[in-house]
Amino acid sequence: MSQFLQILLSGLATGSIYALVAIGFALVWQAAQTINFAQGEFVMLPAFLVLVGLNYFDLPLWGALLFGLGMSILILGAAFKKLVVEPILPHGGITLVIATIALGILIRESVKEFYSAEGQPYPSVLPSDPINIFGAVVSLQDILNLVLSLGIVVLLTLFLNRTRTGRCMQATAQNPAVAEILGVDVKRMVLYTFLINAALAALASFLITPVYLAKFSNGETLGLIAFIAAIVGGFNQIRGALVGGLLIGVLDNLVATYITAEYRAALPLILLILIILVRPQGILGTPEGRAV
Amino acid sequence: MYSKFVLAVSAALLTLVGAAQAQEAVEIGVVVELSGAGAPAGTNWRDGIRIAVEEINAEGGILGKPVKVTEYDTQTDPQISRALVQKAIDGRAYAIWGTIYSGSTLVNMLVAQQNSVPQFVGSEAPTIVEKGNPFVFRTSSGAQKGVPALVPYFKDTLKAKKVGVAWVNNEFGRGGRNVFIAEMKKAGIEVVADVPSEQAQTDYASDVSKLKQSGADAVFVYMNQEESARFLIEAKKQDLSMPLVGEVTLTEAKVIELAGPAAEGAIAHVGITATADQVEGIAAFREKFVKTFKRVPTHDAIKGYIGAWTTKYVTELVGKFDGEAFSEKMHGLCLPATKYPRILLDTCWDNRGEMSRPSFMVQVRNGSPVVIGTVPAN
Repeated sequence: MSQFLQILLSGLATGSIYALVAIGFALVWQAAQTINFAQGEFVMLPAFLVLVGLNYFDLPLWGALLFGLGMSILILGAAFKKLVVEPILPHGGITLVIATIALGILIRESVKEFYSAEGQPYPSVLPSDPINIFGAVVSLQDILNLVLSLGIVVLLTLFLNRTRTGRCMQATAQNPAVAEILGVDVKRMVLYTFLINAALAALASFLITPVYLAKFSNGETLGLIAFIAAIVGGFNQIRGALVGGLLIGVLDNLVATYITAEYRAALPLILLILIILVRPQGILGTPEGRAV
Repeated sequence: MYSKFVLAVSAALLTLVGAAQAQEAVEIGVVVELSGAGAPAGTNWRDGIRIAVEEINAEGGILGKPVKVTEYDTQTDPQISRALVQKAIDGRAYAIWGTIYSGSTLVNMLVAQQNSVPQFVGSEAPTIVEKGNPFVFRTSSGAQKGVPALVPYFKDTLKAKKVGVAWVNNEFGRGGRNVFIAEMKKAGIEVVADVPSEQAQTDYASDVSKLKQSGADAVFVYMNQEESARFLIEAKKQDLSMPLVGEVTLTEAKVIELAGPAAEGAIAHVGITATADQVEGIAAFREKFVKTFKRVPTHDAIKGYIGAWTTKYVTELVGKFDGEAFSEKMHGLCLPATKYPRILLDTCWDNRGEMSRPSFMVQVRNGSPVVIGTVPAN
């Protein structure tokens, strides 16, 4: 029981971080009708920005985290939209997809050049000591990761559904032309979407890097798994991305523990094939809907 | 008059050419993992070599010729490493220093063998010296020599009856795991958990959970550096309380840096370590390395250093640059540290290129590896 509880918890904690990244895929899809294949690198980079804050500017941890968050929103949100998405989008979605692949390589190689190919130690923002729950020793870090990630998703959902700006963003996602006629500042709403995506990526980075270690290649795995999570859950729904992320996190750990560790890397791909065959719109996705 | 002038000019030219040839550098190919999963090991290996080459050149090079090193990055890819060994040999490399990852060495050592080029490797998989390649030489003992040195520690010190093994599923990890399981069987210790993981794996939750449930008295951890660090971090998260014992990598400086407090208490048998500063040569190397690179050297740095110095010592024993004569001389050779101080410890190579020398047991205490015992050469 203790083992199952720990495995379930670890899976949910990792899965919730995948979900944060997967939500980013869904948001960018809604805002720009494209897939951001640099999303994994968007999660890798903020950790290095925090290290820059710590090691080059001698900031305290909280200051470095704020620095990392701010720079991420600026670079991966505003600058990404202004310098990559806006100039390339008129040339078509596929062009932008290729541009994001190139951007991912650029970010990865730049970090490698600047910070070396070696993994770097990364401070944990959460306590890593285990705690005892009903006789089972489980990781407090996993619990807090899960609570924080789910809290962020709940806040985001509330923001989108309960605030005027959030509803304007949804209207922009569903039909930009009609939204503009109704007086919505479409450009600003699209910008907000990119800024939120960058902030989510940064938060995912701060939570996962203490476990993964800061390494230039972290984005490759994370980006792929989150992409699959978004498809499995439903690419056009935030709650779909959440379900997809949690499902992959939990299944990965359960399969590795109780069935086989050798083929765990294949699990997300198997899940992807099954979903595409059985329910192409994803578990919670809708065939035509484009609501965020 | 004219013929005397021509003769004098010819003699002068010949002298100049002779002098130029005497100064012609000895080419060495450093083929190593400078990026990818093997980068922590590879960069240390390279930096150890850089220090050795500087010293060798300061002492007149090899047989009076300066050493010129060309560095090649394998990207931790066996096929690339093979192509780069060929490239180094095409560039007239007298010797190859590298690679470290056993999976790469097994692929690229055939190229050096076909060209009769001596190759010093940092790899520890048992299979490397079992292929009958007379040109490959280790710079540390293989797992089949290192892992058995741990048996007395499990049996007598920890008094373990049941053990678990967590290993990385590559050539290095598989070799160590196979030797460990065979040794435990011989020692009458039951292996109750056999947990493989993948190279560059990031999530060790299920691995640690399996070991925790296995009821093992101690766990043998045999992984590369970053994987070891991630494993230790997860082990701390899940409060894995049994002793974690490794071979070489588990207590390396890079692992301690990455794992932080999670590395505390980890134990390992190491062929050579920069913390063994009771050995004069190691202390001097460590000081020079820290001064040059602003970090503590790992055992890979010392291995690279020893490989470079062995090339000089043995070439000068042979008296010429001849790969085949070098190889012949190496087999069954012992270099005492008193006569060859930069070899650091008395070291011997057998007729397969396997090496033996005294080794150490190390434990991480207060964030630093501390020598807790020595193990005689086997």
